[in-house]
Amino acid sequence: MSYPSNIRIVKVPCTGSVAPIHLLRTLEKGADGVFVAGCLEGDCHYQAGNLRARKRVDYVQEILKSIGIEPERVVMYNLSAGEGPRFAEIAVEMTEKIRQLGPNPIKRQGDVKETA
Amino acid sequence: MIMAKAKPIEEIIDEIKEFKRILIAGCNGCVTVCEAGGMKEVEVLASALRMYFKKAGQDMEIGEISLTRQCDKEYIKELRDGIGKYDAVVSLACGAGVQFLAEMYETKPILPGVDTCFIGVTEEPGVWTERCAACGECMLASTGGICPIARCSKRMANGPCGGSSDGKCEVNKEIACGWQLIYDRLKALGQLDRFEKPVSPKNWKTSRDGGPRKIIREVSRQ
Repeated sequence: MSYPSNIRIVKVPCTGSVAPIHLLRTLEKGADGVFVAGCLEGDCHYQAGNLRARKRVDYVQEILKSIGIEPERVVMYNLSAGEGPRFAEIAVEMTEKIRQLGPNPIKRQGDVKETA
Repeated sequence: MIMAKAKPIEEIIDEIKEFKRILIAGCNGCVTVCEAGGMKEVEVLASALRMYFKKAGQDMEIGEISLTRQCDKEYIKELRDGIGKYDAVVSLACGAGVQFLAEMYETKPILPGVDTCFIGVTEEPGVWTERCAACGECMLASTGGICPIARCSKRMANGPCGGSSDGKCEVNKEIACGWQLIYDRLKALGQLDRFEKPVSPKNWKTSRDGGPRKIIREVSRQ
């Protein structure tokens, strides 16, 4: 299984533990996009962690809209832990989507680095 | 407790755009419970504002803090040493906190970051509803513990009105008729006689009609 090398994985025990501030800080610190990979809906070990994560992703997207940053830079995906190839596929899809959007707009001219 | 909701970020941006250094000050009291103005909300707002101004190419330093309460001087004083380096403060406390902060720091612009809404309860996670209008003279003893001032859209002391239909209020079918709730509760309590006894006209002087209110408790004064 291979996926784009520009992706940095942050492991969490459950996407339910991902708070809005975590998503905002990834962008504030310069990430061009972030996707939350939660378990399939209905399959959360903690019952509703992935559903909560989706709501928080929606909330962060609203915040991004209000500050003029493309909300598509933060996305929620659902897949099972056994779906390695699907993860790689999503990583490629997300990378392509972000490449089309271009670098994170909060990076100043001089800060922009090649993202792929 | 006092319920508030976050102001739109666009409105806050408009409030602060003329400054260069802003402190976002949360309150760990009521507004933390209704997820409008605690430390988490301070962090989210500060992060969003930093990104906005960075994207706009405008230098803006944004500090973050959350005080135990903004309605007590002893906690507001904690800002004394640090507030000087900021041009203005966005307070995420209720309207009382915003004003008290402004009274303590007379030369510092203090801007509201939330809209203060009502005295209410946490009905379920993410849902807060009104229960008390702080009228200053509680009549819950005669209304089965349900307040007609806060729960009836018309604040009627004797109800229901003709707009009550199937237990709902004419203002909005989502709103329960306060007087239907009172009737049902008094019935369950076996106290329907209270429902039949008209309540005398309410003295609104203890509410807002008497001007800004004050409570003095001599035994606690210093």
